[in-house]
Amino acid sequence: MQPIIQMNDIQKHFGSVIALAGVTIDFYPGECHCLLGDNGAGKSTFIKTMSGVHKPTSGDILFEGQPMHFSDPRDSIAAGIATVYQDLAMIPLMSVSRNFFMGNEPVKKRAGMSFFDHDYANETTMSEMRKMGINLRGPDQAVGTLSGGERQTVAIARAVHFGAKVLILDEPTSALGVRQTANVLATVDKVRKQGISVVFITHNVRHAMAVGDRFTVLNRGKTYGTANKGEITPEALQDMMAGGQELATLEGSLGGTV
Amino acid sequence: MSEAVKTDERVREMSKLRQAMIRPELGGIVGTVAVFTFFILFAGNSGMFNAQGVMNWSTVSAQFMIIAVGACLLMIAGEFDLSVGSMIGFAGMMVAVFGVTLGWPMWLAVIVTFIICIAFGALNGYIVVRTGLPSFIVTLATLFILRGFTIFIPQTLERKTIIGGIREAAEGDWIASIFGGTIFKGFFQWLGDMGVIDVFSRGNKMGQPVVDGIPMLLVWAIGLVVLGHILLTRTRFGNWIYAAGGDAQAARYAGVPVNRVKILMFMFTAFCATVFAVCQVMEFGSAGADRGLLKEFEAIIAVVIGGALLTGGYGSVIGAALGALIFGVVQQGLFFAGVESSLFRVFLGVILLLAVILNTYIRRLITGER
Repeated sequence: MQPIIQMNDIQKHFGSVIALAGVTIDFYPGECHCLLGDNGAGKSTFIKTMSGVHKPTSGDILFEGQPMHFSDPRDSIAAGIATVYQDLAMIPLMSVSRNFFMGNEPVKKRAGMSFFDHDYANETTMSEMRKMGINLRGPDQAVGTLSGGERQTVAIARAVHFGAKVLILDEPTSALGVRQTANVLATVDKVRKQGISVVFITHNVRHAMAVGDRFTVLNRGKTYGTANKGEITPEALQDMMAGGQELATLEGSLGGTV
Repeated sequence: MSEAVKTDERVREMSKLRQAMIRPELGGIVGTVAVFTFFILFAGNSGMFNAQGVMNWSTVSAQFMIIAVGACLLMIAGEFDLSVGSMIGFAGMMVAVFGVTLGWPMWLAVIVTFIICIAFGALNGYIVVRTGLPSFIVTLATLFILRGFTIFIPQTLERKTIIGGIREAAEGDWIASIFGGTIFKGFFQWLGDMGVIDVFSRGNKMGQPVVDGIPMLLVWAIGLVVLGHILLTRTRFGNWIYAAGGDAQAARYAGVPVNRVKILMFMFTAFCATVFAVCQVMEFGSAGADRGLLKEFEAIIAVVIGGALLTGGYGSVIGAALGALIFGVVQQGLFFAGVESSLFRVFLGVILLLAVILNTYIRRLITGER
């Protein structure tokens, strides 16, 4: 199977700071690839390079086998790479249906002028939400009334509806409670089964183990290699993320609860 | 313990009444009903509600409406414009300078004024989006710059701060009938003849109705309100306005051209201020350097009474129009009711405070914030 995105030896420097020092990862359709790493490991820089926000200093990116040069996040959205940011996915004061179609508003022509097609937007939003297991009071319900997990789910449903081939989730579960996390992880599983390549960024090993097919650990701008599901234990991942030794000492004093 | 369950329960509890309350226009509707009830009770037979009286307060309301529509859309897009009042003075002065001092044809003077003022609006917007500074500061600077020019230019050219003779200069020009004068004259003459409205009983206007038509000012106001409302609620651009004000960064990630939306809304606000100014100079026949003073705040107050949030992302053009109507009715109504007119400002302050408190409450209802 051909990888949908190949990131080859990506380096990214910000002035004298080396954020990424040569990272190589492949992403395949229908898999959930977990990208783990502690704060400052380069996860955010890496996904921003993938989604066209940053240009790599060196290295190349192949999208469906073709070299890609995105100058703007809108190019990558158009190509089918969607990113769902943790806290910037939705606008709380706007209705679910207005949020769902934000930037992609359906229009109908009347007397030569384009109007927002509210009927279509409302119907589509309701049916897409039902598919994801969210029962809305109505399409005009404000997103502010949804829980954090539901907002992530709406954002994921939106990306899928508009034809995302690659879905990048930036720490979707880090601010959520137990039950909401379970809902989001279930959504990720549904999306993966539709053949979409999911890139799941997290620093929570347990969440990663729950849905991940492959795991890549980033540390200080470098990758520690990629492991398949079942080939690695959560403890080993945890150690790699934190750089082994220090965490082992800490963990000892905390009774192995981290 | 879980958030999701809690949310569901609260959603189910929502009563019909609460649902009906979650509209930006609520404050405006309640205020309008209250204000009309008050003045029908206390000034019902003072002439406030005969043809002349209605025309009196609806003209004043229309003035507020014109600037409120621009301020409303801009505020929903997440920005302010404090230079509206200075822009009104400046635009009026430009029409006078071009049309009277320089003697250009009036249509050219008006069009060039529109171009200059909209360019200032674009500059406001450009500076705000490029520097990321609060629009409050940027447009406060524009407020002083434009007011300064409005005094400096006529003083340098004519050694005075009021330029008259605009009505004479505009005589017979097609532009004069777009911004000044009245329409439906025949209909009002007929109403007068039928005795529905009063007619002058002597003088050289004998037989003519006391109200000779719908002023163009009112036509502009209603036109802008309808246009603004449709733009906001029924178009794709309207969705972008909400998104830009709701959360600019989230909107950018979704592919909304936030900077373009904001700059265009600054330009639209400048356009509305210029419409106000041109109607005003056509009516008064002169331009004064002190015109439009404090109008920026009156526009913002009308918008807030109309239910818009100062932080952006939420509001209604219809609400803003009702806010403007409340303004006009109260300002003129106090006069009809024989109340000291300086109390108008006290009223403004009180109603502004009430509106903001109500809006905050409604916002909590919508977003479920605690």
